[in-house]
Amino acid sequence: MERRIATRLGDGSFIELTRSEIEADLVAGSELGAKRSKAPVLGDDDIGHLLDIFASEAKFSAVDLGHEVVLSFDGCGNADAGTPVSDLIVYQNHHGADSVELWHHDYSYKAVKTVLSFETQAMKDAQMMVVAPLNYGAMPDLGRYSMPDGPVPNWSELLPLGRIDEARASQVEAGLHATHDMVHVAGAMLEAGADGLDFDTSGAAGDGDLLATLNAVRQIRAAWPDAGIEVGMAGECVLGMHGELEFEGRRLAGMWPKDQLAAATAAGATIFGPAVNVNTTRSVAWNVARACTVVKPCTEVATIPIHMNAGMGVGGVPMSAYPPTDATARVSRALVDILKLDGL
Amino acid sequence: MGIGDPLGMASTHALASGMGGMRTAGDLVARMQITRGMRLTQAKEYVAGKLGCSLRDLADPVAMHDIRGELGLGRIPVQDLTYADEPGGLEAKFHIADVLGVPINSVQRFRRRAGIDA
Repeated sequence: MERRIATRLGDGSFIELTRSEIEADLVAGSELGAKRSKAPVLGDDDIGHLLDIFASEAKFSAVDLGHEVVLSFDGCGNADAGTPVSDLIVYQNHHGADSVELWHHDYSYKAVKTVLSFETQAMKDAQMMVVAPLNYGAMPDLGRYSMPDGPVPNWSELLPLGRIDEARASQVEAGLHATHDMVHVAGAMLEAGADGLDFDTSGAAGDGDLLATLNAVRQIRAAWPDAGIEVGMAGECVLGMHGELEFEGRRLAGMWPKDQLAAATAAGATIFGPAVNVNTTRSVAWNVARACTVVKPCTEVATIPIHMNAGMGVGGVPMSAYPPTDATARVSRALVDILKLDGL
Repeated sequence: MGIGDPLGMASTHALASGMGGMRTAGDLVARMQITRGMRLTQAKEYVAGKLGCSLRDLADPVAMHDIRGELGLGRIPVQDLTYADEPGGLEAKFHIADVLGVPINSVQRFRRRAGIDA
């Protein structure tokens, strides 16, 4: 009888699986990812390496010496350590952050615009003390521009009524507002000394959200050639809330990471962050195999660094407020080893 | 990568796969990715060339402690090991810009606003 190994589900809870069951999960996760994204399944070598990682009973797992990658630490400038600026110092000095990010608790460029003077002053103050690259980050967050929170008719209310043309028009109009706000905040932050901008969870509200972001990136790149620009995605496949929006002649709805990367690169991004969301009812091994399968075509062709999203509930890291370190470590190593990532 | 629980996320990723930030040359490699869009191997080779060290040294806190001190790239104070008489914060970024040969936004703006280039 096969020995049972303690491992985790996508919600972080313990389960026990045999080595054969873990292998079956890896294969099943890869096959589902391949079927959905039309990518090749992982090869035997990749499955074998993942099996060694997830069938190990060690408390921790790590990449080989010399294979370390850059960690961007998006969203680390919160107030856990007192103030956002002191938090940046803590992450730089105590958590080994390769870059850090200042952000506002209402993580949206629309919201940040209303407190921009405070945020830019914090950026300027932080730049005096922080040595590591310091970006400013927020979400494009297109939904904020729809009624009742924003100025345009709510497409989520129009679509169920069959008012498709109006729903599409409202998303286009919202996108213009969002692009304007992102460029406005970016300009102020760069004037305050920011090293770059992070557009986190791009596409969260669908193809209109991503188009607004790409248009903002293009404008920022044109105006500030040396600015760092990170485009991080909200999920593996761009939702077609509009359905017909294009960037440089390519339809955004239905894009998977490889095509998302091409769009972000064309817009002028310097770092791209693919995201694959976690299924909490499947094992971490299953989730990692699926994530690797979906993202591998992207890393193979990239001309800019790929920093895969590996936060809570993304990339295989369990959806838990306190992710178990044994699970996070395995995910971290697995993503870097299989995908040959530039960072996380 | 996202952040939340500092130990379960940040510290774990840092130990499992990270370069080490300012303890090593992680921040310098990151700077080449952010400002120049260099992929990892290219960025590591570029930084190692500028520092005159090996690729292995880049993620080695022992080697980088000395290299950062010699070049004035900033070091992390730990208890009684403080560096008040060395470049730190923005001061260190002046040296990083020179050593890596890249513009650093905060340095350029400080120069202009302080009248250093006037």
